[in-house]
Amino acid sequence: MTAGSLLEVRDVAKRFGGLAALDGCSLALEAGQVTGLIGPNGAGKSTLLNVMTGLVRADQGSVLFEGRDVTAVSAHRFPTLGMARTFQIVRELGSLTVFENLLLAPRLQTGEGVVASIFSRRKWWAQESGNAQKAKVLLERVGLFQLADHPSGGLSGGQKKLLDLARALLLEPKLILLDEPGAGVAPPLKLEMIRLIRELKAEGVSFGLVEHDMHFVGELCDHVHVMAEGKRLVSGTFDEVSKDRRVVEAYLGVAA
Amino acid sequence: MIAYLITIAILVCIAALVGLALNLQWGQAGLVNFGVVGFVAIGAYATALLAPQIGWFPAMLVAGALSAILSAGLALLSIRLEENYLAIVTIGFGEVVRLVILNEGWLTNGALGIPDIPRPFAALGQTIGGDTVFIVFALALVAIVFVLLEAMARSPFGRVLRAIRDDATVTSALGKNVFALRVRAFAVGGAVMGIAGALQAFYLTYIDPGQFTPIVTAYAFMAVIAGGRGSNVGLLIGACSIMALLEGTRFLKDFVTVIDGVQLSAVRLGMIGAGIVLLLILRPQGLAPEPKRRAADMLPQENRSV
Repeated sequence: MTAGSLLEVRDVAKRFGGLAALDGCSLALEAGQVTGLIGPNGAGKSTLLNVMTGLVRADQGSVLFEGRDVTAVSAHRFPTLGMARTFQIVRELGSLTVFENLLLAPRLQTGEGVVASIFSRRKWWAQESGNAQKAKVLLERVGLFQLADHPSGGLSGGQKKLLDLARALLLEPKLILLDEPGAGVAPPLKLEMIRLIRELKAEGVSFGLVEHDMHFVGELCDHVHVMAEGKRLVSGTFDEVSKDRRVVEAYLGVAA
Repeated sequence: MIAYLITIAILVCIAALVGLALNLQWGQAGLVNFGVVGFVAIGAYATALLAPQIGWFPAMLVAGALSAILSAGLALLSIRLEENYLAIVTIGFGEVVRLVILNEGWLTNGALGIPDIPRPFAALGQTIGGDTVFIVFALALVAIVFVLLEAMARSPFGRVLRAIRDDATVTSALGKNVFALRVRAFAVGGAVMGIAGALQAFYLTYIDPGQFTPIVTAYAFMAVIAGGRGSNVGLLIGACSIMALLEGTRFLKDFVTVIDGVQLSAVRLGMIGAGIVLLLILRPQGLAPEPKRRAADMLPQENRSV
């Protein structure tokens, strides 16, 4: 919990009716690392991710990104700050093609204005062409370019996860939060995903990772936070936390 | 017979404008608007009241602007609502407009309506023939609106609206201001509905509250569903076929003698309903598909062979 953390949550609490999804959770994600968030079902991992990205407003506590308080920032402003996310259940924009999904993502598109969409055609078309080049490179990288003009609704579960990640990359973020990137992905694509995340980390992108697949976590994460009952339980490297008695008990449901 | 066909064509033009507007709001952006007729009525009344004072063109612009402002206002109030609740609010809005028009006699002349609305190019109409001039005007108006809305649909603006329709949360996480974009889509649609109302006022030269019943909204939805949600080309086909069916079946009474005219008009509406149901079962995507940008359109020539 040093001053230089990329993303830090401090004492965050969130209740849904009588259920305390988060109950005074504090943890940090360091720059340049892949940080894992693990824990049994109901530990509050996904809620924490939603709080971190502005989709859910915390009842108390604060979220700091690069030292700046982003607790009350709207979800749609996070990409501008340098943070992107993917979703647990892939929510592809099914009626858009794979390529359109990617072209949608880039920030500051002139052509998204009502008047500009008609009268500044030349300007946005130039932006589109630039974005299309980037999109093509990314699609080739994740191996989806041959499907570029297919409706994204028809992709397999794993392909949708790759598309989701590629779309997040077009936002050119410093930090990407992945919600269960390995869930429902076929083993070969899972290896592909691990390879891709490693490559991106080497290029300087930081990751936060909510995941149940321990192989995935062990392969990728530099640092792991274990959550239980809305709080951070243990932190450390994957080997450290997987040997921790409290972690085993949390997963098995024994009172710690 | 020619005069009758021209009348039908002008009615198709009005329906097409309303349909194009709904296709933007509901077809592309996924925002249900059951108060379509209210916005058309506002456009028509604004035109009727202002055209004698300030001329037909400024009146039409004011009609569009007024309807757009009211659309944006309604959207600002209610667009955070989920689909079903937005539907209820817009139904309510349509009813409020109808009741205000009916009861605020000092402004709208109540149930008596407003007569003597001047037509555009009236002087030209007297030399060539009023309806001939008017059909050209109506077609030109539809063409302009179609070109503008189609350009919008194929731009990043149209794409982000379709993304919001598919999943607003994801679109928001991608950094798009979903709320502002929805309000804009609603306002642009409202402007076009206002202009459609203006066209109706110009053509009939007399408007009363009886012209603005919820069936106008229903026809617009039928046209969008038949044409295919999100496709403007489909919408034009849809609007034409709905009108052709409605009007064409009028002549059935000459051939069918077992039931009387009143019964037949009910049967005609029923046939349209059955047609829509069949279309949804057999061709749920509608008559024409949504426009898609192909990757090859965007990439330079040398990359096309990849």
